[in-house]
Amino acid sequence: MFALIDCNNFYASCERVFNPMLNKKPLVILSNNDGCVISRSNEAKALGVPMGAPAFKYQSVFKKNNIHIFSSNFPLYGDISNRIMNILSSFTPNIEIYSIDEAFLNFKGFDNYDLEKYCEKIKKRVLKWTGIPISIGVGPSKSLAKVANKICKKFPKKTHGVYIIDSNEKRIKALKWLEIENVWGIGFKNSKKLREIKVKNAYNFTSLNDNWVRKKMTVVGLKLKKELEGESILGLEEIRPQKKAIATTRSFENTITTFKNLEERISTFAICCAEKLRVQNSNCNSIYVFVKSNKFKKSEYQYRKGIVMATPFSTNSNVVISKYAVMGLGKIFKPGIKYKKAGVIITGITSDKSYQITLFENEKTKHKKLMKTIDFIQKKEGQNKIKLANQDLKKRWKMKQEKLSYNYTTKLNEIIKVK
Amino acid sequence: MKKEKLNFLIPKKEDNLGQWLIEQGISAGFPSPADDFKEIRISLDKELVKNEEATFYARVSGDSMQGAGLENGDLLIIDRSIEPLNNKIAVCFVDGEFTVKRIKIESKKLYLIPENKKYSPIEINEENELIIWGIVTYVIKKL
Repeated sequence: MFALIDCNNFYASCERVFNPMLNKKPLVILSNNDGCVISRSNEAKALGVPMGAPAFKYQSVFKKNNIHIFSSNFPLYGDISNRIMNILSSFTPNIEIYSIDEAFLNFKGFDNYDLEKYCEKIKKRVLKWTGIPISIGVGPSKSLAKVANKICKKFPKKTHGVYIIDSNEKRIKALKWLEIENVWGIGFKNSKKLREIKVKNAYNFTSLNDNWVRKKMTVVGLKLKKELEGESILGLEEIRPQKKAIATTRSFENTITTFKNLEERISTFAICCAEKLRVQNSNCNSIYVFVKSNKFKKSEYQYRKGIVMATPFSTNSNVVISKYAVMGLGKIFKPGIKYKKAGVIITGITSDKSYQITLFENEKTKHKKLMKTIDFIQKKEGQNKIKLANQDLKKRWKMKQEKLSYNYTTKLNEIIKVK
Repeated sequence: MKKEKLNFLIPKKEDNLGQWLIEQGISAGFPSPADDFKEIRISLDKELVKNEEATFYARVSGDSMQGAGLENGDLLIIDRSIEPLNNKIAVCFVDGEFTVKRIKIESKKLYLIPENKKYSPIEINEENELIIWGIVTYVIKKL
């Protein structure tokens, strides 16, 4: 059996642990630069604040309903997440950390356990030790665990946060309840295709012919069908594969109009990506750069453009990646536009081990050494201590985080005060 | 087909002029008598934090627990995994603020007892919203 553990409204719950005044009150967490809503308490959901709601558009809704607003405090959320994952690891040796607030556990060999009681124990311990409420869905495959977790979330009063699909009746009932669009990993295209042939829910999907599914949805679709039928196909990915793409994108608080200012941002984003590449010992060979105007200001001239730049050799050097990103910007930059968002996405990622040397053009060997030195110094002295000359040397760009809570668990001068 | 003759190449015997290389080097001094008795240095982190996942920190503000040795500015180590039993010192959230007090359970009633005569005990009844947030395990003070 597999379990999917999901922290309820994770970011909002983290804020509440250190600010219990917020219990039972509506609150939302905003993305980097306070752009849009990325986490909502149940109360905020009930008030009709959608996921991804742009903060400036909902200002009056927030005010009218006394919704508490927070900037995202990732040092705090990351620390609480680590604590939870460590607690979960003590319940089974096989765990896959799926995201900051989700993990799959494998209960293989737990046949003699009363899983209901065991999950109850996990839930209680996580809540007591960290203050975070969780939901646990259990099923014979990862996909069914995901379905069970959805049932927990939808019926918290009935399930008390634990639901186990352990019989065929329960499985069929769950699949009939689950709309096809909400099946884990089905995708928009496939669900549309299935709707057309009157497949409304997950159960209808499992009643289809295997060959048809393989033909129309490839082997991935067939695997999904088998999983929903109760056969475990997908195993735990205990070691996460290297990231296939790395991105740094930001909305700007104020719009940017000059090339020079935009160049600075693009270079900084590129370097941020290069650092992430080096952390996972990888290189890349293509860089996607994009710029966008403010799509919410319909009155302004709208412009959005992106370009892929291929590097002549695999690289993870700040200097090279920044250079090609800025070159890309040069090709798509159009004067007279008020740019609101820009980003750098790195693809074509290869590991250091499979580094290919090209015949004509290779990276200067001193770059590797230089990057090593830069990483070493920044680790010791703090991030952004060494910059390229096309980056802002003064600290002009600071993330907008007007409603940031304290780093209660990672900074000694920001811990809670008790009277 | 023409038959080719095979030439065998035989290594030439030479005098062994080389010397064994002992890479580690040979040290001539007396080996440290302490080497067999190495222990790990004392770590306060390990001593004071028994349950890493459930441990949090707080700063004392005020003098309501002076009698228990908790003074303004002291650092508290809080373990959330410990059960709140009678007589334990706990960080609680009550009536909108965090407070540190001693838990007292008397004839089925719960009290939060300050240890300073200037303050009076708080009786917890249904109107109070009480969260026992964690149990204080150590106090660190700067002298």
